[in-house]
Amino acid sequence: MAQAQTTHAATEAPGGAHEDIGFPPFETETYGGQLLWLAITFAALYFLLSRLVLPRLSGIIETRRETIARDLDEAAAMKTRAEEAGTAYEKALAEAKGQAQRLAQETRSKLAAESDAKRKALEADLGQRLAESETTIAAKKTEAMSHVRAIAQETTMAIVERLSGQAPSPKAVEAALDQSKL
Amino acid sequence: MASPIEQFQIKPIIPVLNFTNSSLFMVGATALIVGGLLYATRKRAMVPGRAQSVAEGLHDFVANTLTDATGKEGMKFFPLVFSLFMFVLTANLLGMIPGFFTVTSHIIVTFALAMLVIGTVVIYGFLKHGTHFLGLFVPSGVPGWLLPFIVVIEIISFLSRPISLSLRLFANMLAGHIALKVFAGFVVSLLAAGGALTILAPLPLLMAVALMALEFLVAALQAYVFTVLTCIYLNDALHPGH
Repeated sequence: MAQAQTTHAATEAPGGAHEDIGFPPFETETYGGQLLWLAITFAALYFLLSRLVLPRLSGIIETRRETIARDLDEAAAMKTRAEEAGTAYEKALAEAKGQAQRLAQETRSKLAAESDAKRKALEADLGQRLAESETTIAAKKTEAMSHVRAIAQETTMAIVERLSGQAPSPKAVEAALDQSKL
Repeated sequence: MASPIEQFQIKPIIPVLNFTNSSLFMVGATALIVGGLLYATRKRAMVPGRAQSVAEGLHDFVANTLTDATGKEGMKFFPLVFSLFMFVLTANLLGMIPGFFTVTSHIIVTFALAMLVIGTVVIYGFLKHGTHFLGLFVPSGVPGWLLPFIVVIEIISFLSRPISLSLRLFANMLAGHIALKVFAGFVVSLLAAGGALTILAPLPLLMAVALMALEFLVAALQAYVFTVLTCIYLNDALHPGH
């Protein structure tokens, strides 16, 4: 391998004479130019990337990460709220059910008490009227029984008058009635 | 037929400014990176499109590589590492286009980039940790009599880092392009030879196609390797204790 070629020898020699071409990576006279332009371009690349491109890229990624995190937080908060609402609803429902039951129970017992009182009043009324009736009946019966002697006397006198054609003396009838314990 | 190493020649374009084909592709790579990324992120969309996905993917890829090696505090070097990765990757991939110049196939370019990394490590290491940075060469838990040898080995290993870093990238790009050129050259030679040899011409063509695929892989992989090693070296500057 031919080393340290001069620049004009590095241009392509005709006829495939490869020895005439130096090994370009080891041609030290090109180093200065390469280093200069590498420094310029890499410095420009570093500057543009670090000031312009990477802030934008990481901004996009960061914004997305934050948005996703915020959305997830919001979703979690909403889920908690929904669960709370569900619990509140169930509690309200249970309360309403309890209240309804209590109300129904109260109404039922009130109605039962009312009807009970009515029934008792009715019964008392009926009992009273029954008792009154019984008293009346007993009075009527006593009264009726007190008329039995007079009726028997009249009947006896009428029967005897018809049979004998002669009215008996009230005394004799009275005696006869006494005899039959009327 | 042209020599396989003719493609690496530096050809002046504007001699006064020392502007050559190499300079042109450096400028081209820079313009492509900045322009491409700005174009991709122009909408700043919450739901990224294809171009923005690629840009964000590159950002996250380099950021993950850096934080995996150095932790969160390494992110202060993110612009440097991202610039290095994008520059090497774009230069490597631009070089894959036939007729285009490969900036990273020159040892002086890769060595300058490696020295930039090592220089950053050394300067930041001393600024941040002072003489404690030298603890990098003194691993803990080594027996006293062994320590001098270990320190010497550690220093040699540290000094060889810029060389290995630059040589790896340079040699890979150089060898790949030479191999491609050689196999492509065989196709032309066989076609020109005529007769039975002409029939054999597709064989090196197939080889060139296969190599092309391999070289695309190498172009991306070497950019990644360069970046990973940069991150590992930066970790030494951030945490000099072993």
